[in-house]
Amino acid sequence: MSATTTYRTCPRSGLQFESHAERLMLANAVAAVVFLLIGGILAVGVVLTRWPAVHWLEADTFYQVLTAHGIDMLIFWIIFFEIAVLYFCSSTLLRCRIATPRVAWLAFALMVIGSITNNVAVYRGGSSVMMTSYVPMMAEPAFYLGLILFAVGALIALFVFFGTLVVAKRDKTYQGSVPLVTFGAITAAIIAVFTITSGAIILIPTWFLSLGLVKTIDPLAYRMIWWAFGHSSQQINVAAHISIWYAVAAIAFGAKPMSERVSRGAFLLYILFLQLASAHHLLADPGLSTAWKVVNTSYFMYFAVLASMIHGLTIPGAMEVAQRKKGFNKGLFEWLRKAPWGNPVFSGVFISIIGFGFLGGISGVMMGTEQLNMIIHNTIYVPGHFHATVVVGTTLSFMALTYFLIPVLFKREMIAPVLARWQPYLFGFSMYFFCLVMMGAGTLGVSRR
Amino acid sequence: MSAILPPAERLWWKHPLDRVEGTWIVIALVWCLIMFAMMVGWHIYGKQNLSTETYRTTPEKFTAKTQAFVDKYTVRTETADKTPVVAPPPGTDIYLIARLWSFWPILELEKDKTYRLHLSSLDYNHGFSLQPANINIQIVPGYEHVVTITPNRSGQYSVVCNEYCGINHHTMVGRIYVK
Repeated sequence: MSATTTYRTCPRSGLQFESHAERLMLANAVAAVVFLLIGGILAVGVVLTRWPAVHWLEADTFYQVLTAHGIDMLIFWIIFFEIAVLYFCSSTLLRCRIATPRVAWLAFALMVIGSITNNVAVYRGGSSVMMTSYVPMMAEPAFYLGLILFAVGALIALFVFFGTLVVAKRDKTYQGSVPLVTFGAITAAIIAVFTITSGAIILIPTWFLSLGLVKTIDPLAYRMIWWAFGHSSQQINVAAHISIWYAVAAIAFGAKPMSERVSRGAFLLYILFLQLASAHHLLADPGLSTAWKVVNTSYFMYFAVLASMIHGLTIPGAMEVAQRKKGFNKGLFEWLRKAPWGNPVFSGVFISIIGFGFLGGISGVMMGTEQLNMIIHNTIYVPGHFHATVVVGTTLSFMALTYFLIPVLFKREMIAPVLARWQPYLFGFSMYFFCLVMMGAGTLGVSRR
Repeated sequence: MSAILPPAERLWWKHPLDRVEGTWIVIALVWCLIMFAMMVGWHIYGKQNLSTETYRTTPEKFTAKTQAFVDKYTVRTETADKTPVVAPPPGTDIYLIARLWSFWPILELEKDKTYRLHLSSLDYNHGFSLQPANINIQIVPGYEHVVTITPNRSGQYSVVCNEYCGINHHTMVGRIYVK
């Protein structure tokens, strides 16, 4: 079964790619970027309509464009890319073949079919229900079916990832424990299983509802279970992009984690507590007790916050240790000044770390407070917050990693290296500004949609 | 050696904790505990907590209650749709319907008096966003949420729907007067 595969060692990075895994990574990464492109074009429509001076699109087109923008970005772009990252963290980092490549292609095909089905349903016009699709507002059956097919595909891909870990362990392709980055990817995959299961629990009945097979779904129960999917999917991102931060620290500086125990322990906290933070979406809802809200959003969420605060120290910390070893010891910050700021792999990740922590993280914790939530619930503060986490945090990290993967995985050179050098700054700082002004407007009461 | 390779020390979990890391974990943990205490503290000592009093309802039941309330206390009508303006006596139960795409009726309240505001939706999820005070509450169909309110400033307030509820969502605006 494994006899037919071949391996290639990348001369630049020394990484070893197995041919099946390599093609799967390419396919998933390219599909991801296609959705990023579509979502980015749609974003222009959203921004130019919400900008009162322009107010470009009519209401029906706007809601359609906003629905597609949300789903293409938050689900399709990110999960396709994450599947590529998972294959990289298993097959490439553990130097083993990928388990069941045919099944992995089946997963990819399901994800492509699902995402196209969902997009077509939205563009046909009968499914402008936003990503959240709160019942009893209904979309076309194809809208839900698309999401379900995509989720099944993603779930299969996750099990290919777990299978690949088993292959590596059995073939003894590595010594001792898995690398920290792989450990982080495992965290992301475990959270993803929880997330997709929650999505199935709520979206399958909703699909039946749209077909008339189920009579009603309780709107509050929908909200709770949907957010177990909707928010947890963002926790996959957190675990994945933090793994990428560690990977880039290792790639750009040869940095090793300050303490494996601390970093892995922090990832473990994510598995245990991060999903419970989904409850903060329901802080302004009727019917849920104060105790339930406080326990989930403070007591448990703060353990996840603790984990992020730990990563926030250990990743720049690892970079500092590595830089000081190279002799950049002058003053407090020479290690940072002499960092490779012209390399988009590093600059992208560093802008992402700072923005995710100070804009996304802090605003998220603030919103998760019951009383403060009443000020910002469903205001434009909310998109301000999650653009700081998902765009500055996840998307910018994925972009930075892509700069590394273009030569290593795609075996190509960047066509405009100068533009590439400026891109993380332009994109990152524009997003900082964008998030800040949205949060400001939200505090003043501008509504979300 | 690095984060993308297996840990060099086989027994990495026995590696002693760096002082900086240990200190930081303690600081972060203490801060988390303070925030947790604050969240509970605000609930006990704070003055702006969301009530959790909720009943199951149906569109028919809630419409009937609101209609009875409107019939009893309407003082005049406003806007092109002749929306009733309802001035209930202080301390009573008051009702506000959210539906596609309006809030009904218009409420006229007295400053510094307390009311029990019943909120529900007849169809989809809606958002109760009181502007410019900026208080935001989710309205979920099938659930009657009772919020105790004491308006402390007079003027005209807008109730803006801030939960997407279909094609005319952006036109869904209601009104509350405080005298």
